[in-house]
Amino acid sequence: MPEILVQLFGLATIASAIRAFVPLYLATLGGVFNERSGIVNIGIDGMMIFGTWFGAWGALQWGPVAGLLTAVAAGVAVAAIHGMATITFRVDHIVSGVAINILAIGMPRFLSIVAYGQGTQSPQVPSLPKIDLPGLGEQSIMVPVTVLLGFGAWFVLTRTIFGLRLRSAGENPRAAESLGVRVRGQRWAGVLISGGFAGLAGGYLSIELVGLYREGMNQGRGFIALAALILGNWSPIGAAFACLLFAWTEALTVFLRVDWINNAFIQSLPYIVTLVVLALFFRRVRPPKAVGQAYEAGSPV
Amino acid sequence: MATEATEVTGDGPSEARRRSPAIECRGVTRRYAGVVANDQIDLEVAEGEIHALVGENGAGKSTLMKMLYGLEQPDEGEILVRGEPQVIDSPRKAIELRIGMVHQHFMLVDAFTVAENIVLGAEPDKGGGRLDLEEAERRVGELARGFGTPLDPHARVEDIGVGQQQRVEILKLLYRGADILILDEPTAVLVPQEVEELFDNMRQLKADGKTIIFIAHSLDEVLQVADRITVLRDGKVIDTVAAADTDTHQVAEMMVGRPVLLRRVEGKATPGGPMLQVKDVRVTAGGKEVLAGLDLDVRRSEIYGLAGVEGNGQAELVEALVGLTIPETGRVYLDDDELTRADVRTRRQAGLAYIPEDRHARGMVLQMLVSENSVLGVQERAPFSRRGLLDLKAIRRRAVELIRGFRVKAPSVTAPAYALSGGNQQKLVLGREFASKPKLLIAAHPTRGLDIGATQFVWQELVEARDEGVAVLLISSNLEEILALADRVGVIYDGRIVAQVRGSEATMSELGLYMTGARGGDEEPAA
Ligand SMILES: Nc1ncnc2c1ncn2[C@@H]1O[C@H](COP(=O)(O)OP(=O)(O)OP(=O)(O)O)[C@@H](O)[C@H]1O
Ligand SMILES: [Mg+2]
Repeated sequence: MPEILVQLFGLATIASAIRAFVPLYLATLGGVFNERSGIVNIGIDGMMIFGTWFGAWGALQWGPVAGLLTAVAAGVAVAAIHGMATITFRVDHIVSGVAINILAIGMPRFLSIVAYGQGTQSPQVPSLPKIDLPGLGEQSIMVPVTVLLGFGAWFVLTRTIFGLRLRSAGENPRAAESLGVRVRGQRWAGVLISGGFAGLAGGYLSIELVGLYREGMNQGRGFIALAALILGNWSPIGAAFACLLFAWTEALTVFLRVDWINNAFIQSLPYIVTLVVLALFFRRVRPPKAVGQAYEAGSPV
Repeated sequence: MATEATEVTGDGPSEARRRSPAIECRGVTRRYAGVVANDQIDLEVAEGEIHALVGENGAGKSTLMKMLYGLEQPDEGEILVRGEPQVIDSPRKAIELRIGMVHQHFMLVDAFTVAENIVLGAEPDKGGGRLDLEEAERRVGELARGFGTPLDPHARVEDIGVGQQQRVEILKLLYRGADILILDEPTAVLVPQEVEELFDNMRQLKADGKTIIFIAHSLDEVLQVADRITVLRDGKVIDTVAAADTDTHQVAEMMVGRPVLLRRVEGKATPGGPMLQVKDVRVTAGGKEVLAGLDLDVRRSEIYGLAGVEGNGQAELVEALVGLTIPETGRVYLDDDELTRADVRTRRQAGLAYIPEDRHARGMVLQMLVSENSVLGVQERAPFSRRGLLDLKAIRRRAVELIRGFRVKAPSVTAPAYALSGGNQQKLVLGREFASKPKLLIAAHPTRGLDIGATQFVWQELVEARDEGVAVLLISSNLEEILALADRVGVIYDGRIVAQVRGSEATMSELGLYMTGARGGDEEPAA
């Protein structure tokens, strides 16, 4: 097989893509929930960062499973700030999200200094036992868990009463409210679930993928997740395909080496592909109608 | 039960009092900053009657209904439901009390199916919180069958017509077991046939023992279906009368405080050369040819009335004229300019004005101020802006002019547009478009939601604009309006103009035949 094909589609590339897929897809699933409920969450990246830090910290204290749960809890807690700002105080969603991302720049460093005596890194943390996927080498047990969560999210959104109400809050909150749906409650649920997913995604990065917390390890994955959300047309199934694409380009940054292409270009592939794909598909997707709009019960608009 | 209810209400309020009324308002008052929307309202709606609420735009009808549905709270007074005083502080509470409301502007989730919209908030459970969609669709199908023409539970709400959307709204209430139904201007968006159907449905609901309160501006419609009528003026109840004992003149006089009559407006029409020319325009949407080589011309100083049953290409024609869609073939000329592919702004600068059929989707930005809405679309022209900067004073001045000139009832020019009543929002849009001094005015359902006085006023304005040389393309499902105004009438059917007659020679029955496709098609359009 020609070298270039091996680089593009070899098992090593695919295995690496699967590893990259997990955090991206988890974060995107979270995004599906908050956006479908009507809340924009560009703070996903920040929530992931908190997940990476608290995941590693929890794993150090109590082991990897508890670490992942700590990461989830951290994500939910940060999401609660976002919910408070956007739902309770009706702050602009973008502003609140940016604030959370800024918080995620400073806070973990401070926490690291307190916990580890230095600002940028944690000690090695314990990981979960790996599973052996045929042909794809050792993978985290989180890989099948993520696939299950994807199905779960799809089921909840499309097949449950909760999902219908959550989507109604994002499409037409006034109509929903007029039928007795508690729009604020639905939006709270959307935001908190989103935080949980983002936290879990971060926890996977530090506990499972790298084995420690390192500053900047998230590399803007939360923003790529936002792109995957759009490309996946706000559906858990669509998001899976979008995330596979982005994860694959991320794997290429490691495995693709072509003489006549500058390596810096290859390194920035995930971001370039994100931009191009968004530019091409943005007009074909359909966002929830009322996403990003503040809602007050009984308000006339 | 049904006939009994009719008899009770037929005999007037004193008889109805024997049973507790379905709804009773005592001294209900609701104030907004600067306005008393409802002032000491006493209203009694008997069980099992159809009770109409009429009044001018801004009289306070919607406000009163919103209080019954828990969307607004009274500042003073009390509301009794079936004889019990109740605090209706949310729609949820209203639903508990089996009160349901169809709003003046529909509240539907466009992306959801008919069934999903109907069951939302009260969904059948398969166990464990799983949505039982089959059960939902079955129940919706069942409800819909006993209620007029069939309705596909799987269809997306955005893909069905307004008439059907309204039935979805009503089914939403019935699904929840509501037996007091509030309909805010249900007929405004319907074509005459659909109005008939709605009224049949209302009568059937009444026969099933439901109580219906509805708001309408057409007094003929009100008298046709209502048992009793309550007239509101400036937030106060003027009187409640039995429909059998009154007529349109009397009700209109109570509404306005002086006699009014809707009549054909005469002007001196001397149509000139062609202003708008549409040649062989084709548009396909969803694989279907919605405009099938349409030809049309409107002359200077002419009102061209386009009649037709909704969904025969009117909406697409307007979009092609305004620049919201570009036709696949054909040409559009305004005066001497070809505008087939021009954008909206170019067209507006070339002298086109547009009164859209849905004021919320296209006519205005509800969150923006009345003053800002008064110059929307002309904001880049002098005197409203100079060198890219808005002149707020000039904008406010224009808003004040519009409010005066078009008798818009607004708390102030710095109020948000949503603080205006539905009809007053419409008047603001009308005023703005008239004021832009157009060469061609496209008026889609211009009097939808307006009271009689305002309708008469707008008719007058349309005629005056015509007499000043404006070409007017009037699209209306209201044949009365077309016959009252049009110098020439064209009937659109299946994406083509199938008949053209002089306004003075047109008759309802003839137009009706063309509109339903019973006549016409391929013979040359005359006139
Ligand atoms: N949110 C609000 N803020 C301020 N004023 C309001 C608000 N809502 C309604 N109003 C005012 O209350 C009055 C009554 O409005 P309402 O909508 O009840 O009228 P309406 O009788 O339904 O009229 P229409 O026939 O035009 O729909 C109007 O003067 C309107 O400007
Ligand atoms: Mg109203």
